[in-house]
Amino acid sequence: MADSSVPYAIEFENLTKVYDMGEEKVHALRGVTLNIRKGEFWAIMGSSGSGKSTLLQVLGCLDRPTSGIYRLNGQNVSQLDDNRLSDIRLAHIGFVFQSFNLIPQLTVEENIALPLFYQGVSESLCRERAAHFAKIVGLEERLFHRPSQLSGGQQQRAAIARALVTDPVVVLADEPTGNLDTATSIEIMQLFRKMHQRGKTIVMVTHEPDIAAWTEHRIVMRDGLIHEMS
Amino acid sequence: MKSVFLIRLSRDLKLGVKNLLLHKLRSVLTMLGLVFGVGSVIAMLAIGEGASQETINQIRKLGSQNILLEAQKPTDENASGRNLNLSVYGLLYQDVLRLQTSFPTIQRVIPAKAIQKPGRYAKRTLDLRIIGTTEQWFDVVPRELIAGRRLSKEDLDKHANVAVLTEYGARRLLGKSYAIGGSMTVDGKAFEIIGIIKNENAGEGQSQTLDRQTDAYIPLSTVRERFGDLTFNHTNGSVTRELVELHEVVIRVDREENVEATAQAVTRMLETFHKRKDYQVNVPLALLRQTEATKRTFSIVLGAIAGISLLVGGIGIMNIMLASVTERTREIGIRRAIGARRSQIVMQFLIESLVLSSLGGLIGIGLGLLIPFAVTTFASMPTIVTWSSLVLSLGISVAVGVIFGIYPAIRAARLDPIVALRHD
Repeated sequence: MADSSVPYAIEFENLTKVYDMGEEKVHALRGVTLNIRKGEFWAIMGSSGSGKSTLLQVLGCLDRPTSGIYRLNGQNVSQLDDNRLSDIRLAHIGFVFQSFNLIPQLTVEENIALPLFYQGVSESLCRERAAHFAKIVGLEERLFHRPSQLSGGQQQRAAIARALVTDPVVVLADEPTGNLDTATSIEIMQLFRKMHQRGKTIVMVTHEPDIAAWTEHRIVMRDGLIHEMS
Repeated sequence: MKSVFLIRLSRDLKLGVKNLLLHKLRSVLTMLGLVFGVGSVIAMLAIGEGASQETINQIRKLGSQNILLEAQKPTDENASGRNLNLSVYGLLYQDVLRLQTSFPTIQRVIPAKAIQKPGRYAKRTLDLRIIGTTEQWFDVVPRELIAGRRLSKEDLDKHANVAVLTEYGARRLLGKSYAIGGSMTVDGKAFEIIGIIKNENAGEGQSQTLDRQTDAYIPLSTVRERFGDLTFNHTNGSVTRELVELHEVVIRVDREENVEATAQAVTRMLETFHKRKDYQVNVPLALLRQTEATKRTFSIVLGAIAGISLLVGGIGIMNIMLASVTERTREIGIRRAIGARRSQIVMQFLIESLVLSSLGGLIGIGLGLLIPFAVTTFASMPTIVTWSSLVLSLGISVAVGVIFGIYPAIRAARLDPIVALRHD
């Protein structure tokens, strides 16, 4: 299944993350080595406190590892400053959150186009791209609605469109179905699968085996280490 | 790169306005502080400026190149007067000669006697102020000639029985026909009316000009000859007599910068020749300087009050912006996660506070223009709105927006995106 000719999207070399809580030091990651090739669909599982959230934060360039090397798309991003990390997130990473995290006062169109806004893309192109991705996720009828006027599933679709709009190297999803009912969860997972089939690299954190079953690779975290990989 | 910046700026601006419109009442209330601050500052400055300008204009009418000497009854009358009923004081003919000859900076010295006497014409009577002066009076108090002519040197040399009336006096005394050449009697003596001049501030006797509307100008030589220097005042059944040579002397100095030095020298000279202080030296230029100094003080006090009110407005803005940052913590987290830099978050919030404060400032300027207009219209007080006060107010409003918006904006940008995303 692993095609060695496909380049890596994500390379972790012995990553650690230590939180300094005053007296106590919390070792959230104790040396994680992980390679994800472009186009792969991964699930990160584990109980709470296992380090899976920390792993996702480091993956998403929201946090820096304490030691080890993280290469994203071949570029070492382990110790970049805040501005550089912001730029990396803007260019290469799309986020999908459990609670959708759309901005309530913006329309669906504006929410989808938000990353483009920060990239300084012209307004007409923003509209065009937002409409294109809204169509992909099936929200073309809802472009000018506000998030509060949408169902949970629709909100998550909008969030997925926003994650895709910049054509990032990797889409990171943090419990994307956690706030949805089973039927809607299946719809969302079908959408992820569709993205995967189109060649997107997707890494998803979930604690539900049913959801993880949709992916092709799974790791289980325990005590800051990869406990299982399949 | 520049166009990207402009695109971002225009979008940040749109976003800011949009966010403020989401909470209309809150935004309006926040702005009110600045609206009233700016409005009252402009209004007060306009009223102050109008009032002081009026004073300055009045002083200007007295002539900034002039020094005015006025006879003043000394307070220690009993000690000096030999006769209780006779007071001798005032400026002397000698003073005029001395002034004319001893100061190179003095261009002209115009003496004047001022006597209250009723004037009669046909059956009409008017209480006149007889001004016995020289033809040069009209150089110092220039007034438009309506009919006839002014006093001439010849009139003085010939001790002519002629009088120049003001427009007001002519209307009251002569009636509708401004008859030049008619004869008016004062104390039983006849004076030919040779001219009528315009008077300033018809109706307002209190204005700060040398002339009054009831003036009748008669050659000084004639007045001395016909009425003498002794005047009788009948008050409450008793008679007081006053011996005054000259009531007023107007000195014209060659240049404005010499006025103050000349005034000092003149004062010293008068002190030497007058045993008592029976005169007063008025320097309009000094009054002008004083008024201008008062105006500066007034402006500083106003500025301080304005500063406080704008500070209060600024605190209001900061308060709302801090609340807004807390309220929108999650939004900030989302924006940061997506890839917004800290500086972009700072910009977003700073622009919001700037929009609030500038809009408040602009509305305040509107209010500040309206109040002086209303004051002038309804209270007929002069007001002057200066451009500088408008520019200054708007500038301060913008500065308030930046100063009081920067802290909340930086606080917003400092939020850790991970923590902010977890915020409910």
